[in-house]
Amino acid sequence: MARAVGIVGVGQTRHGHRSEVTYPDLIREAVLAAFDDSGLTPEDIEGVVYGSMPSMMEGVAMNHFYFAEALRAVGKPFMRTETCGTTGISLAFTGYYWVASGYADVVLVVGSEKMHEGDAQATMSTVPEPFYQRPFVSGAPGYYSMLSQQWMWRYNIPEDKCRDAAARLSVDHHQDAILNRWSHIKQTFTMDEVKNSPVIVYPIRLLDVCPTSDGACAVIFASEDKAKKMRNKPAWVKGVGFRGDEQIIGDSDRVWSESPIGAARQAYKMAGVTNPLAELDVAEVYNPFTFIELLHFEAFGFCEPGQASELTLKGTFARGGRLPCAPSGGVLCTNPIGATALIRPAECALQVTGRAGEHQVEGAELALASGLGGANQFNGVMILGAEL
Amino acid sequence: MSKHFHTLKHNVWLPYRFAVGPVMFRFYEGLMEEKIMANRCPQCRKVLVPPRTFCPACNVDMDEWLEVGPEGAVVSWTLADYEFYGRPVDPPFIGALIRLDGADMDFLHLVGGLELDDRAAVADRIKRGTRVRAVWAGEKKGHLLDIKYFQPI
Amino acid sequence: MLTKNKKGHPIIEAEASVPYELAAGPSWHRFYEGFKNEKIYGSRCPQCQRVLVPARSFCSRCFVDMEEWLEVSNEGEVVGWSLTNYHFFGMPTEPPFISALIRLDGADNDFYHLVGGFDLKNLELVTRTMKIGTRVKAVWKEKKKGCIMDINYFRPTALADQTG
Repeated sequence: MARAVGIVGVGQTRHGHRSEVTYPDLIREAVLAAFDDSGLTPEDIEGVVYGSMPSMMEGVAMNHFYFAEALRAVGKPFMRTETCGTTGISLAFTGYYWVASGYADVVLVVGSEKMHEGDAQATMSTVPEPFYQRPFVSGAPGYYSMLSQQWMWRYNIPEDKCRDAAARLSVDHHQDAILNRWSHIKQTFTMDEVKNSPVIVYPIRLLDVCPTSDGACAVIFASEDKAKKMRNKPAWVKGVGFRGDEQIIGDSDRVWSESPIGAARQAYKMAGVTNPLAELDVAEVYNPFTFIELLHFEAFGFCEPGQASELTLKGTFARGGRLPCAPSGGVLCTNPIGATALIRPAECALQVTGRAGEHQVEGAELALASGLGGANQFNGVMILGAEL
Repeated sequence: MSKHFHTLKHNVWLPYRFAVGPVMFRFYEGLMEEKIMANRCPQCRKVLVPPRTFCPACNVDMDEWLEVGPEGAVVSWTLADYEFYGRPVDPPFIGALIRLDGADMDFLHLVGGLELDDRAAVADRIKRGTRVRAVWAGEKKGHLLDIKYFQPI
Repeated sequence: MLTKNKKGHPIIEAEASVPYELAAGPSWHRFYEGFKNEKIYGSRCPQCQRVLVPARSFCSRCFVDMEEWLEVSNEGEVVGWSLTNYHFFGMPTEPPFISALIRLDGADNDFYHLVGGFDLKNLELVTRTMKIGTRVKAVWKEKKKGCIMDINYFRPTALADQTG
């Protein structure tokens, strides 16, 4: 039986357009912040895990080599993990496994991206199948907008209702991001501004879409024994789950997709969660696009299929609602891809230990973090709790 | 052996805009003024070139700036005789690690200003410890090749 | 080269141009030979009996070789679509354009391609024309190269002839 593991320290950079510093310095900012937060030093770290989007993104191949000094990884077990959008959650899993297995007692996990340094779309355009699918995916928002059309039709959701629900998410998340000192976009919008913003890939509009961000996140995982002696109350890893789907778009049903459903099911089983809406206090769902966030509420079992729009409009998933989603502002307001799915468990850890500052959800004790990669091809879920 | 089947050819062109940061920028400005700038760690006192924001061994911010070179000694070298993507100059050329006077680490650059046809003569001329001096390019761009190469003296 | 960005921060502009040549293998070769004759091939799995388009070498679920090749229709119905309105690296044509998943008659999976042949700048016309279930038919390019864009786009069959 694996031993218990907790998150004992979290560090983030100020996310945004960070052209005033080099990439290694950006990494170091997050690493120093995690040491500062936890009270630990590099000497306490027994292993380092790092990840980001593919090398082409910033033009440095296998950039874990480049960051060895900034990560304090020299002379230690060191691994790179890269799974596209799910990179961050895969990083969290790797850190968790190393500690749970007994390989190391304290592990530093870092994810980052410096998207302003390269052509992000060009790199991401090489992910889909090269012989006959690539030209049509239309970048990250392209495929998701098609998926949301299929979803609306499947469950007979009137388009304007879905449009309103998606706009509501955008308004709420932008509002929440103001309270989060690390978030990138700090600007609020009205429902009308969202619904009338320029069309990117119909029905997705500009304000339904995440920004391009530079940023890094560092998280320290520790074994039960060590975690209990540390400065911060640990956020315990209660459950983990990960599932992938077929790569070829058009072969399987992605509207009701085994990828997020299976990942959540595995994590819930491990954590003993049977009624997510009732038992979870916070959900940091990976939400680069508002429409897809609605699909994920259903896939993660927060409500019945087709019901997410209704509940969103009622405020179920807003701050003050039954299950606040993305109280940090979410991916919609901050998206340094390699870090993004690690920021989710980092934020959850802060929430369940009462350390989220101005964007704290009062009384949060159990939280869900998710990561999403490819064209909704892979999903990862991690559940964090205040009690062991 | 001839190809029987199709191939899909495609080119991915990627533009980059690397943030330089103030420390590297000062190094490049130095090159444009024909100076090789370095900095020193306040803890271990090592002088690093090119300069860094933090000492990799001590993990503290570097603070003291100083000029090193323009002369130094060859630590190791190799003669590259083939074309490859991203080469600094056309082959043949000599890449070398050089311990610049005043520095505590080796600087990676080119050794040049000598005939390369006679390989035996080259090996004879350049050895570990051979003294070299920076030869500057006429036009400076804020690039490592503002130093054209280091010439044996 | 060393320069400053709009924020006044020093940056280095560089580029990497990376050429690739991917082996197409016998399946793609045969599939694209079909395209040259305006035929769309699918393959049938001997185990699950699914007909997959494009035809391929193995069934992704049963993991067995797919040896039976058959022609599927040039016509089908739209299963999902989206209208792209921005420029990006590797786009198939100038935006606006519609990417769609099409269930071709005779196939058991959906085929990803473009829908066009009408005024895509008119959002109202697009949302009126493009429904889940809209029937579409392939419009081929005159000159074939043996690649996915030998089909120019799929045009909605219900539309009267319009400039695309």
